[in-house]
This record gives sequence, C-alpha cells and structure tokens, in this order.
Amino acid sequence: MSTISWERVRTAGSKLTTPLHPDDYLSLINPLWSQRELRGRVEEVMSETEDAATLVIRPGWGWHYDHRPGQYVGIGVQVEGKFQWRSYSVSSPPRRSGRTISITVRAMPEGLLSAHLVEGLKPGTIVRLALPEGDFVLPDPPPAEMLFLVGGSGITPVMAMLRTLDRRGSMPDVVLHYSSPTPERMIFREELADLDGRHDSLTVHELHTDLDGMLDLADLDEICPDWQERETWACGPGPMLDAVLAHWKDHDLTDQLHLERFTLELGGEGGEGGTISFRTSGKTIDADGATTVLEAGEEAGVGMPFGCRMGICHTCTLTLVSGTVRDLRNGDEYGNPNEPVQTCITAAVGDCTFDI
Amino acid sequence: MAISDVKEYTHLTEEEVEQIGRELDAIRAEIEDSRGAADAAYINRMIKIQRGLAAAGRATLLARAHTGRGGKPAWAAGAALLGLAKILENMEIGHNVMHGQWDWMNDPEIHSSNWEWDTAQPAEQWKHSHNYVHHQFTNVLGYDNDIGYGILRMAREQKWHPANIGQPVYNAMLATLFEWGVALHDLDIERIRKGEKDPKEMKRQLRQIVRKGRNQILKDYVVYPALSGRNWKSTLTANLTANIARNLWSYVIIFCGHFPDGAMHFTEEEIEDETRSEWYLRQVLGAANFEGGPLLHIMSGNLGFQIEHHLFPDLPSNRYAQISERVKALCEKYDLPYTTGPLHRQYGQALRTIIKLSLPNHMTSSDDPAPPERADTANEPSRARRRKSDAERPPRRTELGGWSRSAS
Repeated sequence: MSTISWERVRTAGSKLTTPLHPDDYLSLINPLWSQRELRGRVEEVMSETEDAATLVIRPGWGWHYDHRPGQYVGIGVQVEGKFQWRSYSVSSPPRRSGRTISITVRAMPEGLLSAHLVEGLKPGTIVRLALPEGDFVLPDPPPAEMLFLVGGSGITPVMAMLRTLDRRGSMPDVVLHYSSPTPERMIFREELADLDGRHDSLTVHELHTDLDGMLDLADLDEICPDWQERETWACGPGPMLDAVLAHWKDHDLTDQLHLERFTLELGGEGGEGGTISFRTSGKTIDADGATTVLEAGEEAGVGMPFGCRMGICHTCTLTLVSGTVRDLRNGDEYGNPNEPVQTCITAAVGDCTFDI
Repeated sequence: MAISDVKEYTHLTEEEVEQIGRELDAIRAEIEDSRGAADAAYINRMIKIQRGLAAAGRATLLARAHTGRGGKPAWAAGAALLGLAKILENMEIGHNVMHGQWDWMNDPEIHSSNWEWDTAQPAEQWKHSHNYVHHQFTNVLGYDNDIGYGILRMAREQKWHPANIGQPVYNAMLATLFEWGVALHDLDIERIRKGEKDPKEMKRQLRQIVRKGRNQILKDYVVYPALSGRNWKSTLTANLTANIARNLWSYVIIFCGHFPDGAMHFTEEEIEDETRSEWYLRQVLGAANFEGGPLLHIMSGNLGFQIEHHLFPDLPSNRYAQISERVKALCEKYDLPYTTGPLHRQYGQALRTIIKLSLPNHMTSSDDPAPPERADTANEPSRARRRKSDAERPPRRTELGGWSRSAS
C-alpha cells in the first residue's frame, strides 16, 4: 500500500472525527498509532553504569529511522504531570535495529529529568519525541583517519558512529581517547574493548581521571602523534571542549574539528535588544540583544512555555505579532507579522510584541 | 440595579478589598504549586472516556442501521452515548482546555493554543468572545456581550423595546439552537447591524464559521447517515437528538452562571481604574453557583462553581470544588454574598427574569437583593449603552489565560 492512499484514508477518516483527527481515536487503542505528535514507547531500560542507563524506545507513526550517526533527539517525559524536554544523542546506529532507537542517559546530580529517566522510567511509558537533529555526525563516506576525544557521557554520539562503522565492516583508521573518572563509570566500556579487539584499525585509549588526572592536550603528540592530520570529533563537558577548541585554534586546525555541546551555542550575533511586550498578559520588559525572548518573558513574570531551551522541541514557540527577532544560533531574522518563532533561541532586534 | 462601585456596594474599606485580593492570590498560588500527576491523569481520563463514549455512540448507531436490530432502545442508547460525549467534550474538556487550564502540562495535544471543540463555533472566536470579552468584563453593561447574548434583555438597565415581548419564544429558540447562537456570538451582530464592525474582520470570521460549521454539519447530517445505508434516517435523527440535547444542557448550565437572582450587573464606572482586587470582587458579585454531586459538576464542566471559575478561569476545573470551600469561607468572613442554590431553582430564577424583562420595567418589580443602606436605583431611566469594540476596551488582564488569533 502506498503512502498516498494511506494519507487519503486518513483524510477521509477525519470527516468522521472532525474537529479531531482519526489518530486521536486510534491512539486510544495503541498510543503509538498517532502522527499528531511523535511518540515512543519505552521498551527496555538497560543499566550501563551505576548512574547511566540506555533507553530502548519504539517510536510510533511518523518516525523515520534514517537519523545520521551522531545526531540527537528530543525526548519529552511527563514528570509530575508536566512534560519536560531534553535532548540526548541516539546511541543506536541508523536503520539496522529496525523498530527501535536507543539513547543513553547519565543521571546528572542537578538534572531532574536525567535522574528520572535513569531511575524512574518504567518500560511501557509513553514519551514524546522530536525528530533527530544536529551536525555532529559521521560523514558518508567517512574520512580515512579519525580522532575522537570523548569525556564522560560524551561517548553516546561517538558510539553511534563507531557502531555504524562496525556494522558496515569498514572501520577506517580511528583513534578514540575516552576520559572518565573511574573505569566503573565508563559507559560502553565492554563493547568498546570488544570493538578494539576486533578491529586492528581502531585504537582505544582509556583515561581514568580520578587516578591519572585530566588529559593534557600537549600529550596528544605522544598518544596520537598524527593528530594534526586527523579529522577530529570532540564531545564532553564544556571546559574540556573549550580547551580542545583553543588547542586546535593554536594549531590553526579548526576546519578539522567537530564539537558537540549539550547546551545552546550562541554562534550568531546578538540582536540589538529592545522592549518586548507580551500582549495577552499586558507585561513589558526591556531586554538586551543577548537575552532570549524566553528568558526576558520569564523575568517579566509571564508564564512562558518552554521545553528543551535549545531550539529543538518547539514547545516554546509563540506568535510574534510585530517586530523582529534574531536567531542567536545563526543570525537569521524573523519579522513577518504573526510569525511563529522559537523564543528560547531568539532575541529582540528592536521593540517587538508577542501574543501571550 | 447595577453596581458602579464594588467597594461602596459591599461596604468594604480599600484595605479590606486589597486583603481579599491577597487571600485570593494566595489560593491561586497554592493551587498552581500543587498541580501534578493526579490532575494530569484526571484530564487524560476525561478525554479517554469522552472519546470512548463518542466512538460507542457512533458504533451503536451504525450497527443498528446495518443489522436492522436493536430497534428503539438501540437508537436511544446511540443518541444518549453521543449526546453525553458531546456534552462532556464541550463542557468539561473543550471549554476548560481553551481557558488554558491544562497548559501547565506542556502537552501540545491538550493546549489552549490549538484545541478545537465539537461545536460550530471556531475555537479562536470563542477564546475572544468568552475568555476575553466575557471573563474580563463580566456583567459590565455595554462591555459584556453575554448579558442576554444580544437576543434577550437580561438587565433592567437594558432599554426595553417592543420586540422584547417575544423573549420567551426567542429564549426557547436560543436554547434549541444554542450551538449556532454561540457560533455567531463573536461576530457581534449588534455592531454589524449598526455598521460599526470592520468588514474585513467580519469576512475573516464568517469564513472561519462557515468552514467549521460545514464540517460539523457534514459529519452529523451527511457522512454518518450516508454510512448507515438504507436506515440513514434513524442515524440522522439520533445525531440531531444528541446535538439538541447538548444544546439544551449547555444552555441551562450557562444561564445558571450569571442570570439567577443575586448575580449583579455593573456600570462602566466600576471598571474605571479597577484594581485586581476589585476585579476579583466583581467576579464574586457577578456570578452564581449551583449545587450538586460530583457527576453533575463534571457534566456541567464544573461551571456549578461559576464563582470560582470566574476568579480563577485558568486553574484546573477538577480543583474548583476544593477552591470553593476556601472562597465560601472568605465570603463569610467579609460578609460578601455567595450566590448558590439547587440547579432547578437557579434556572427557574433565570427563566423568570427572561419572562419578566420581556415587559417594560414599570410593569414588573426587581428581584435583585437591595444593597444595604442604599437607595434602590433599579428603576432609574435606562441609558443607551452602545457595545464596545476591542479598541474601546481596556487591555487584557493576566488572569484570563491565553488567547491566540490565527494569521489570516
């Protein structure tokens, strides 16, 4: 059956269910039978380390299994009645495992949701999903020589890439340097040792920072003498990435470096700032060009909707009635009247008004 | 008589009024902080039950049509299931979701910004005419278009016209066709008639209404009967019955909110420089509750707690019962009226007002409770109160929840 005729069936069905969609009824039978919002069912929660777990999720209708290795997905979980959104790298390789995806999560001491995901999520729970995004990906074809610099749970996107290379049976010359406080806290430690044993072209360096201290990037010349020739992917805590970026800059090699930060990276120029008015709530606030509309609204005491706070889940989208805002990630400007904009990644360019 | 100053009417000092406001704010904060998994489970359960009822009603009618079995009882069961589903959807689910009562869940499928309900009026127009115009200007003459819906004369201050003699008949028609009366409500026919309505806005609204209304009619009166084959007629009459039952029920509930004795009207002097606390006070004086068990409250969208709903339109309806205990205690403490009674008495009073006000003031007496130590102004000569456009109204208050308008 072609997709077109299926769409036709659904459109015809909506005549019976208007103003609802047929999916609103079908999802009563099986919660995954809905395309209104991307959903998934947690099939399995596998403990990886003491504080990390892999969630195997079966996505519902509308999901495509063609994520690129290294990309992340948004996941929305209802905690105390409220959907909380975060983003996690997909650790499973694309397509091959068929009907599920896996994400690996480490419980952060301050992270309410990550702790809930690792400890509190029961198999069978229905979660919301956002389509895969991100440029921290394995190129196709992969370069001949690669270096991965990984700290802690930064291993997850890299794991998706290594698994993909492994499945394809075409492991190029890869060096992985993986830092973790202790061996016990190393996610995927056994699987990496297994990969290391099976592929001559893969070299895995483990660094246990509690014992041996942090990686000094000057030591790279010894650990991986040809690091300057390799295309490099780095993923880990912010300070580590800052150091990596500085080191690569010093050697004028930033073209060969890919970084993944799990926080909003404000690459673009800020806006000029201005007075932001919230029409429905009747509140206004002066915001500078580096403050997101979301932060400004919260400061003003407006009940702003939000999710991932990094431009992925679109939960924060509001109608921009008038004025212009700038996307802080890339400098794109939005200023059509009544344009829906994501407030968590935009800042005011002059005065603007939102409908909330 | 209409109140021009709530402080004066209630004999409260400014400090007392502010204190009432603070106490109501504290109730709001407490409920907001305690919303959680049980509340989310409640609305999700309601939605599940409602969709189950709707599906069961449709299936019963289709099965009856195709097997030819079941006769009258199957027809009645189908119509009843469908009618219950429509009532539950309009009252406890649609109305309350569109107030933003469940927006805190951050669930895009149960959100005021995109909920569309199973009735002819487009959600966007409802959110304007109801959430904003009615809830902010509750019972203010000339501002709140819900005082008689532009069809009935419901306040003695509204000018009598010979056409008002037909009120009992208009009332019966409004009740039967309530869905369609509501559908046209935000158009504001009175302002169209006077040529005051922006023609572009009118066209936009009409297009929305036609699109929505057409789908509603197609569904109940064309598609399902067509699927019923030879017995299309019985499906059509069952659907019609369900729609009319929903119309009558929602009409009764809504008329019990502001038209029983004790629900006061206000003049525009009241909303000049009205503080947040005075707005609260106006909601208490302008609304009327009715009593009943949990099932009655659910089937009426918890609008039996009309006072609580008007104080906190965007707090979850399943909490109104609990809030009402606190509000009642507060009213007792400050000697404020708290209007309530059994459903039949509240509706009876509304109906009596409809009939009474079909006649000029001098032929009838007022049923409003007279304010203590104040001259009764009920029979003052009426002033013409032209309806206001949005531009002439004060800006929206924060207590009203969200309202979104589509771009085109």
